Amino acid sequence: MFNRDRWKEILEVLTSNWFRTVLTAFGVFWGIFILILLLSAGKGLENGIMQDFGDISTNTMFMWSRSTTKSYKGLPKGRSFLFKVEDVQAIRDNVPELKFISPRNELGGFNGANNVVRGIKTGGYDVYGDYPEISKQDPMTMTSGRFLNYNDIKEKRKIAIIGEGVRNGLYDKDEDVLGTFIKIQGVNFMVVGTYKKKSNDGDGEEGQKQIFVPFTTFSQAFNRGNDVGWMAITANDGTSITSLKDKIMGVVKEKHKVHPDDQRAVGHFDLYEQFQRVQSLFGALRFIAYFVGILVLLSGIIGVSNIMLIVVKERTKEIGIRRALGEDPWSIKLQILMESIFLTIISGMAGITLGALFIYGVNALLDMNGPVDMFMNPSVSLGVVVGALLILIFSGLLAGFIPAQSAIKVRPIDALRTE
Amino acid sequence: MIEIKDLHKSYKMGSNSLHVLKGLNFSIDEGELVAIMGSSGSGKSTLLNILGMLDEADSGSYTLDGVPIKDLNETKAAKYRNKFLGFVFQSFNLINYKSAMENVALPLYYQKVPRKEREEKALKYLAQVGLKEWATHLPNELSGGQKQRVAIARAMAAEPKVLLADEPTGALDSKTSYEVMDLIQNINDKGNTILVVTHEEDIAHMCKRIVHLKDGVIVEDKKVEQVRAAQYVK
Repeated sequence: MFNRDRWKEILEVLTSNWFRTVLTAFGVFWGIFILILLLSAGKGLENGIMQDFGDISTNTMFMWSRSTTKSYKGLPKGRSFLFKVEDVQAIRDNVPELKFISPRNELGGFNGANNVVRGIKTGGYDVYGDYPEISKQDPMTMTSGRFLNYNDIKEKRKIAIIGEGVRNGLYDKDEDVLGTFIKIQGVNFMVVGTYKKKSNDGDGEEGQKQIFVPFTTFSQAFNRGNDVGWMAITANDGTSITSLKDKIMGVVKEKHKVHPDDQRAVGHFDLYEQFQRVQSLFGALRFIAYFVGILVLLSGIIGVSNIMLIVVKERTKEIGIRRALGEDPWSIKLQILMESIFLTIISGMAGITLGALFIYGVNALLDMNGPVDMFMNPSVSLGVVVGALLILIFSGLLAGFIPAQSAIKVRPIDALRTE
Repeated sequence: MIEIKDLHKSYKMGSNSLHVLKGLNFSIDEGELVAIMGSSGSGKSTLLNILGMLDEADSGSYTLDGVPIKDLNETKAAKYRNKFLGFVFQSFNLINYKSAMENVALPLYYQKVPRKEREEKALKYLAQVGLKEWATHLPNELSGGQKQRVAIARAMAAEPKVLLADEPTGALDSKTSYEVMDLIQNINDKGNTILVVTHEEDIAHMCKRIVHLKDGVIVEDKKVEQVRAAQYVK
């Protein structure tokens, strides 16, 4: 294979008709170019949408209580109930596959009234009573100070972690935040940390405008007793929350005397299910990209095969001479195959290179003009490129196979007679 | 060197078959220079093709240098051709995009002779046919006689047991024909076995033995007084 004479001959044959070679190569070039483009566009869309999920752990569900729609054990329907702190332990005992269970309470809400005061500045923010685990379910980056810990929970410390958005609203630019006090609905909390969340869409702004205080402090300060507003529940890796949610809801239904078939008493949002749905959408997109790309590539390969057939036809006499001189038929076959593979790979590499340059250009454009909704950093992985190369080698073989076969099918004596 | 016995060959042309060789028997010793003569359709080219392993006989035996030639697949035939035979064709059959030297080196390439050695040998044989200065020229830069001399050099390069020439002078004028025959005679003088297919009397008489074919049978097989071609070449 690494034979100088053979390569010399391959180049001689391919360069003997430049225009034809280039036209043929264009088919394969175009196929691989389209493949790369489609895959990277799909990846860009995927990156953009995954960005909206942020860092949130996706194997998570949220669960809240509503009113019952079925009477059960002597209790009427239409009854409201609230989760209790004890429910958390009950769920933990009954469903061991869970990683985190965070009971949460909330003050304020979207466009809520001003509920936080500092000096002469006020603002309306979401205030959450939380356990430390929440920072693993909905990750945030601490920009100063610290997050909640279990001592805060145990001692019901009146401390708060505020988002950068809150900081911007309540503080001057260069002011020192840590150790200062803010008043949340008349109760003073000491700020011990600030955070930032990763997100780029509209919710991102909202995400920076939250205040976290210890769950126990929250309950006491705002008279929640044992009540739990809702829970964020994350399953262990390898177990999907979707498969566990009926069990979890069964536990709380039993504890609160809710009819087991009452579908509407417990509201929930299954992030994992949504995530899976999006994932399968991307799977389908990838499939379409491969399907279309490979079909386009296939037409290019047929072009190569066609030209190789013509080349073989043109060289019938030469092949006859060479066989009369004693060239092994296998050597002739190899020659044709190598020509075909060489042509395919060269043009395919050109397609990959140009595709990569194109993606680079799009990325540069995106960087220049700022982020675009639902599209980010289109790219193809090295794996895809290696895969594309393998496809090329295989298709080169495929394209050369029939011509190579026909090259040695002609008997040397007939080949010699061809004028 | 060559021994054939009861060789038959027929071609199928649609529904009827054409019996071209009807039981040929003859043998050629080492160092002979044999002309095979006959009008067109007499079967002389078919015979040469069978001898050259480009075609296979229907029945009969063919032994070349003690090796029975039968049941050849293409790979084996190619190997035998490369090892035993050198071909010279009427239409030269040089490869157009290769230089004279590369053409001569081809059979050696198929024998996997290293490049350096190959080129040396090719140059040596080109020198023998008097074309050393033309080594780097492409075939279309050579005259007909020169092309045939390159073809002869190519046929000799692999040092074959037998040189088969199919109308080697058919496409040449008589002066160049004599030059080529002179070359063939010289090669024969060195002890090489050569078979020449021709339909020209004067060319045939420059060989040492003439086999006459007519309608697929040998009608005459005689030794002749060799006419040296050199006397026609100034």
